[in-house]
Amino acid sequence: MSKNIKLCKGLDIKLVGKAQAVVENAPMAKSYAVSPLDYENVTPKLLVKVGDKVEVGTALFFDKKDPRILFTSPVSGTVSAINRGEKRKLLNVAIEPDQAQSVKELKVVNAAEANRSEIVEMLLESGLWTRIVERPYGVIANPDATPKAIFVSAFDSAPLAPDYNFILKEEKAAIEAGMALLARLTDGKLHLSARKGDEGFMSSIKGVEYHTFSGKHPVGNVGVQIHHIDRIAKGDIVWTVNIQDVAIIGRFVMTGKLDMTKIIAVAGSEAQKACYKRIISGASIESIVGKVASNVRIISGDVLTGSKSAADGYIAMNANMLSLIPEGDVYELLGWAMPRFHRFSVSRAYFSWLCPKKEYKLDTNLNGGERPFVVTGLYENYLPMDVYVSYLLKAILVKDLDKMENLGIYEVLPEDLALCEFVDPSKIEMQQIVRDGINLMIKES
Amino acid sequence: MGLRKFVDKIKPTFSEGGKLSFLHSTFEGFETFLFVPNTTTSKGAHIRDCNDIKRVMITVVVALLPALLFGMYNIGYQAGIEGIWPAFWFGLLEMLPMIIVSYVVGLSIEFAFAQKRKHEINEGFLVTGLLIPMVMPVSVPLWIVALSTAFAVVIGKEVFGGTGMNVFNPALLARAFAFFAYTPQMSGEAVWYADAKTGATALEQLATTGGMEWSVLDAFIGLIPGSAGETSTAAILIGAAILLFTGVASWRIMLSVFVGGLAFGYLFDAVGLTTYPAYYHLLVGGFAFGAVFMATDPVTSAQTNCGKWIYGFMVGALAVLIRVINPAYPEGMMLSILFMNALAPLIDYFVVERNIARRKKLIKNVK
Repeated sequence: MSKNIKLCKGLDIKLVGKAQAVVENAPMAKSYAVSPLDYENVTPKLLVKVGDKVEVGTALFFDKKDPRILFTSPVSGTVSAINRGEKRKLLNVAIEPDQAQSVKELKVVNAAEANRSEIVEMLLESGLWTRIVERPYGVIANPDATPKAIFVSAFDSAPLAPDYNFILKEEKAAIEAGMALLARLTDGKLHLSARKGDEGFMSSIKGVEYHTFSGKHPVGNVGVQIHHIDRIAKGDIVWTVNIQDVAIIGRFVMTGKLDMTKIIAVAGSEAQKACYKRIISGASIESIVGKVASNVRIISGDVLTGSKSAADGYIAMNANMLSLIPEGDVYELLGWAMPRFHRFSVSRAYFSWLCPKKEYKLDTNLNGGERPFVVTGLYENYLPMDVYVSYLLKAILVKDLDKMENLGIYEVLPEDLALCEFVDPSKIEMQQIVRDGINLMIKES
Repeated sequence: MGLRKFVDKIKPTFSEGGKLSFLHSTFEGFETFLFVPNTTTSKGAHIRDCNDIKRVMITVVVALLPALLFGMYNIGYQAGIEGIWPAFWFGLLEMLPMIIVSYVVGLSIEFAFAQKRKHEINEGFLVTGLLIPMVMPVSVPLWIVALSTAFAVVIGKEVFGGTGMNVFNPALLARAFAFFAYTPQMSGEAVWYADAKTGATALEQLATTGGMEWSVLDAFIGLIPGSAGETSTAAILIGAAILLFTGVASWRIMLSVFVGGLAFGYLFDAVGLTTYPAYYHLLVGGFAFGAVFMATDPVTSAQTNCGKWIYGFMVGALAVLIRVINPAYPEGMMLSILFMNALAPLIDYFVVERNIARRKKLIKNVK
């Protein structure tokens, strides 16, 4: 077993509304949807039309850049709507589920015996390939590439994040099967990282390079872990898979049937009941949390990196939690001069440092206006990587590709800078800047 | 809330298409001053730290207050006025016009540029506008304050793109402009007093005679002639404590400036170039004020942690070097900080290059 990696930098934001350790079964939703917008850099091309019957695993659309990458239906039923936005951009494909829930017959190969290309083909056909993320850039993995390593983080350190040890306590066999399959996809190592002291059964998973980490958020971010295990240099390709997706992949190879059921956390101060829910990926928000008041922000994912969802929308395919927090569209008289005991700040110009254990009910107010870069030395305290945050961001802003490369664009994804964005008094939209930078790199390469 | 209703009522007048839309930025500046806006996060992190630049800047203003208030008292004290309150009142009346002139001139220019660029107004000048009168000699004419403020804001800041883009500390630039453009009004033995009295400052005495007429304690408390902000090392240290505790200023820079100053002070004392102990440097002139409030300006100082150590040490060391080696100009802090402002990006360049080199080495290890 390798040595524990301890990170000093970071921040755990304590919020009200942690999910209780209870799993409820969400009812079958009236509608499910698969959205290309849940993935980066996908140009969708439809394979179905409204009224078509689909089964679990039927391809709904594919990526124009690589027609082998299929996006499949999580349920069986009828395509009820194809929602488009401006310029006919595909927003999602909605499916009305049927009672029977028939599963498409997919070819399943044995991980130990099949050759690599058969495994790749199986994952592509089932749509599970889209669960594999490639770095640099955080896009769906290129089926023709062979990564130098694959990384899986067994824990999430974001505020209110689900406890994977709890969610996956009955999925050990599936995780082992999934890991065995992933191990076949790389010539290098398959890394699994767990939180020290809260390892569950992760330490007994075989065939992986096992690591433990301790520290504050973003210690659970796989990008941060990669940085401390085996950094990404120019020209490297690594893949990452979410631990719950490993279980889904494992379940598929064990049973031969695609089953997109997962357990998500419903959390946040505005959640009626903060607990875990068993859902099928892509379920409507309404089926998970019922009616939500209009002054509540629904987030697919965690409060730092998730995407905003409408009350009549759907949970993102890759989200493992729903966060519900109050909207903050109110004016605050002389707020910047007030003591603000109910708000949180890392700065001791406010008073949160007096009660380090307090759980806060934070809203979505920006708490100020956007300003140029003024403070220095702050951001680096919240990114446990050897990256100069403001220099990288400035390189992106001036579109200097060489500098972006030199300053570490290959090593970060927007999620890694989410904490820097949170603490920034200048309110700079760092995740968006990094996303723009990555898109520019993709376009130019 | 009545006030909020009033603001909402007059808002359309200042918005695009309103009669007074040319005052849009100014209105917005005042509105956000009164009310934290109701803007919510749209992309990226959905929750945000409640700290913003207004809070950062106001913390610096609060940290400046002990030095400012003591400086006002000291102006009266140096003018020979008996009693704490009469002396303070005398100093207040001396300082207030300078503060008002600096704020009015500076903020007007800032508002105009913000309007032109369609930006929000930046809070940086809240600090600069207070720093300028605090580093000017007491008896400097108001028109010089106005002119140097205008120079500092336009040439020092706006031509580079405004707050966050400037190379030099604007307050020091104002001081330097006044000093070099209006030397007669800015030097000599009379400028440090608000009345007809004249006399050399502690720094000048040290440079010429190697000693000073005040005790070390007087110099520490600040009962010596000088510009309002700089005399009291004690009051400045209170400000330093506020800045360091809140984390607004870099402790690395502050500490390394003092270390640099002391190191060179000892060095010169040891080789016999000076005849007074090294710590005198920290007590007299603008050393402490510069170290705490000027050198730590995050925009114009080094930005990398490693760079901050080098930058701070050089600021302190150069200040003492100028003081000792150049008898024509007894105060070295202003020039030293401005010089290091210019060098800070170079220091950072080398620090960042090392980071880049580490990343490039990774490629070689792999292949």
